[in-house]
Amino acid sequence: MSDAQPGFLARLVLAITTFVRVLFDAAFAARVQRLNAAAGGSSADAPAPQAAPVNTALVNTEPAKAEPASAEPAKAEPASAEPASAEPASAEPAKAEPDPAAALALLALFQREGRFVDFLQQDVASFPDADVGAAARVVHEGCRKALRAHATITPLRSEAEESRVTLEEGYDAAAVKLTGKVGPRPPYRGVLRHAGWRVAGLRLPRAVGGYDAEIVAPAEVEL
Amino acid sequence: MSSPRFAIGIDLGTTHCALARIPLDGVAAHSEVIEIDQLVTSTELERQPLLASFLYLPPEAEQPLGLPWDAERGFAVGSHARARAAETPGRVVASAKSWLCHPTADRRSGLLPLEATDGVERISPVEASWRYLEHLIEAHDARVESEGPRLAACPVVLTVPASFDASARELTVEAATAAGIEDLILLEEPQAALYAWLEQAGDGFRSQLAPGDVVLVIDVGGGTCDFSAIAVTGEDNALGLERIAVGDHILLGGDNMDLALAHFVKQRLAAEGTELDAWQMAALVHGARVAKERLFNDPTLASAPIVIPRRGSKLVGGAIRTELGKDDLRTVVLDGFFPEVGAEARPAVRARTALTRFGLPYASDAGITRHLAAFLGRQAAALGGSGKLLHPTCVLFNGGVMKSELVRERVRATLDRWLEVDGAAPARILHGADLDLAVARGAACFGRVREGHGIRIRGGTAQAHYVGVEGAAPAVPGIEPPLTLVCVAPFGMQEGASIDIDAELAVVVGERVSFRFFGSSVRRHDEASAALERHPSDEIAELPQVEVVLPAEGRAEGEVVPVRLRATVTEIGTLLVEAVPLAPKKPDERWKVELSVREG
Repeated sequence: MSDAQPGFLARLVLAITTFVRVLFDAAFAARVQRLNAAAGGSSADAPAPQAAPVNTALVNTEPAKAEPASAEPAKAEPASAEPASAEPASAEPAKAEPDPAAALALLALFQREGRFVDFLQQDVASFPDADVGAAARVVHEGCRKALRAHATITPLRSEAEESRVTLEEGYDAAAVKLTGKVGPRPPYRGVLRHAGWRVAGLRLPRAVGGYDAEIVAPAEVEL
Repeated sequence: MSSPRFAIGIDLGTTHCALARIPLDGVAAHSEVIEIDQLVTSTELERQPLLASFLYLPPEAEQPLGLPWDAERGFAVGSHARARAAETPGRVVASAKSWLCHPTADRRSGLLPLEATDGVERISPVEASWRYLEHLIEAHDARVESEGPRLAACPVVLTVPASFDASARELTVEAATAAGIEDLILLEEPQAALYAWLEQAGDGFRSQLAPGDVVLVIDVGGGTCDFSAIAVTGEDNALGLERIAVGDHILLGGDNMDLALAHFVKQRLAAEGTELDAWQMAALVHGARVAKERLFNDPTLASAPIVIPRRGSKLVGGAIRTELGKDDLRTVVLDGFFPEVGAEARPAVRARTALTRFGLPYASDAGITRHLAAFLGRQAAALGGSGKLLHPTCVLFNGGVMKSELVRERVRATLDRWLEVDGAAPARILHGADLDLAVARGAACFGRVREGHGIRIRGGTAQAHYVGVEGAAPAVPGIEPPLTLVCVAPFGMQEGASIDIDAELAVVVGERVSFRFFGSSVRRHDEASAALERHPSDEIAELPQVEVVLPAEGRAEGEVVPVRLRATVTEIGTLLVEAVPLAPKKPDERWKVELSVREG
């Protein structure tokens, strides 16, 4: 079966490539951002679009002044205060250049806890799987701990993978990717192959003092 | 409406600190843990529930280590300091709390870091504790800002090990005062753990505790283990709690277990021909801790991998791979630290060699169950029972080590076997709250209890205290003059109580003189002024010697002045001993004999 769940190494590679693309491919990042934002506070089943339009001006906590382009009311983001997680809840595609500082802070965090940059910077092609696996354990253990401590990641869909799902008219196209034989219009019936991920909160370290975001790992000199 | 009032609870731990607060008004109130902003690198700040009890003294080029509330700070407390401890031990203060009760060190002098090279700044254990408290206060104030009063305006409950002696308690108060805490009271950690349990159990606690119950609190943290027994007294409708016994101060905890595991793996690697340097060893200690936690958390795993990576920027290739098996964990942690021994087992006492390196007096026997057996055996008579050991009916676990189900189960099973042999029923487990944060929460709860909300644990002083008086005897070379111990503070003396000692004593003024103090956690029936000619060392231990100069104030230096001693248990929870001259030169003349003063 081609849709079998990927193994650990395959997932690691997927995670890394996605991460790197988010960092360096602004268009891709914008799509991921839309995906995240659109998934909003709505739970498993995407709500019908008739819901009372929320005052987007209230919802938008993005500092950048993106014009209120899409008037699409589908993303009913609850305006209730989410404690202490000041993550961007904006539904607007980012027009301004993304601020690299936060991405660099995350990169530094993963390097510090899990030698992430070391791992990606090295050409691993010539090493046997055992060596790559040993290194992957260091990366996985450290980055997983860092991710759990700094982000709240939940599946987008609550149904079990490989179970049958139905997508009604008005489903959230950003939160669901259709594959296979896609018919002319919903409802779509199919099998949930991947439940998706949503980052519900990201808490990054705050910079103080002479912080230099570009230094993701200082050199080490032993005395 | 007046602004809300809060009580603050602070757990000043050997390896971690935590802070909680609770509203003082209202019928129902719940404690809330205040997370602490701290540096995680030299320039990045994070908010975490625990503050690592480490202090980093950076070289000048790395200063300042700015904080939102102090851009010019010259040192770091917390996560960053802990990370630096493995990398540059000579620049990081650790385990300051254990130094506070060191028997011979001058705890006000610059001692730490012990490994500091010459010319590098050192600070005193008292200052380190003060810095941790200062950081907690500043982080609290920065955090609550408008939602509550500043910490200095709140009553603060600061916890200490039940086994802390009088001088360590006084030094803790000194550190708190230096940090700016004014309204302060000390609370024993195991009692705080029980207050946290009572808060969590709510009204339901009456269905779990009844008169006649004896709660054994087993608190094993990162650096120390601490035992206390608390009896439930009174009638069903008016329950009381009384702390009836505390254990000795034992420097033994989770960090010892991680080290033991790392050494176990290191030896196995050495047998395979792989030697580790200091950096790799530090990585191995970290790896062993992670593997330990994984195996403890998932009983289905047979082993967990440990990888010691290469150090340079090339990660892949050249890593040292090994693993920690469940059997290894049983051998090293369970059988090493929690051996299945009989109730008659006692910790081995290693004879001290004449030449020892200056350091902490770590427990010489790692068997926590042996220490526990010794505690229960020594306290067999605490409730007047006739068994060979004190019979607890309930057990409350606390401390990070006790998060492991395997460890709890081993302790429970061992204890139950002792109780069965001694003819008592097995003990029930009281299921506690978060074992890392319970002490801080419970301390905050105690702030409410003091205002009349809930049951207060009574106990008073955990030790009887004695002063040594040398008898007048002709000098004989090689033979010490006979020493009589006069009880100055009986066991269980309550806060606020004051006792005048009925004994004729004399002190020399204007010169450096020394006092010898003694403590006993088992002699419950010696009354104030009781004079003991014989004092078995297994019942009475000598406290650090106190050296002071009592001011002459109008008398000739070296004059021998007849005095009466007065002992007071202060409201804060420390023991105050004063010498009151029989013929005062001015009204209310008295000299304070500070138990924490001593020669370095």
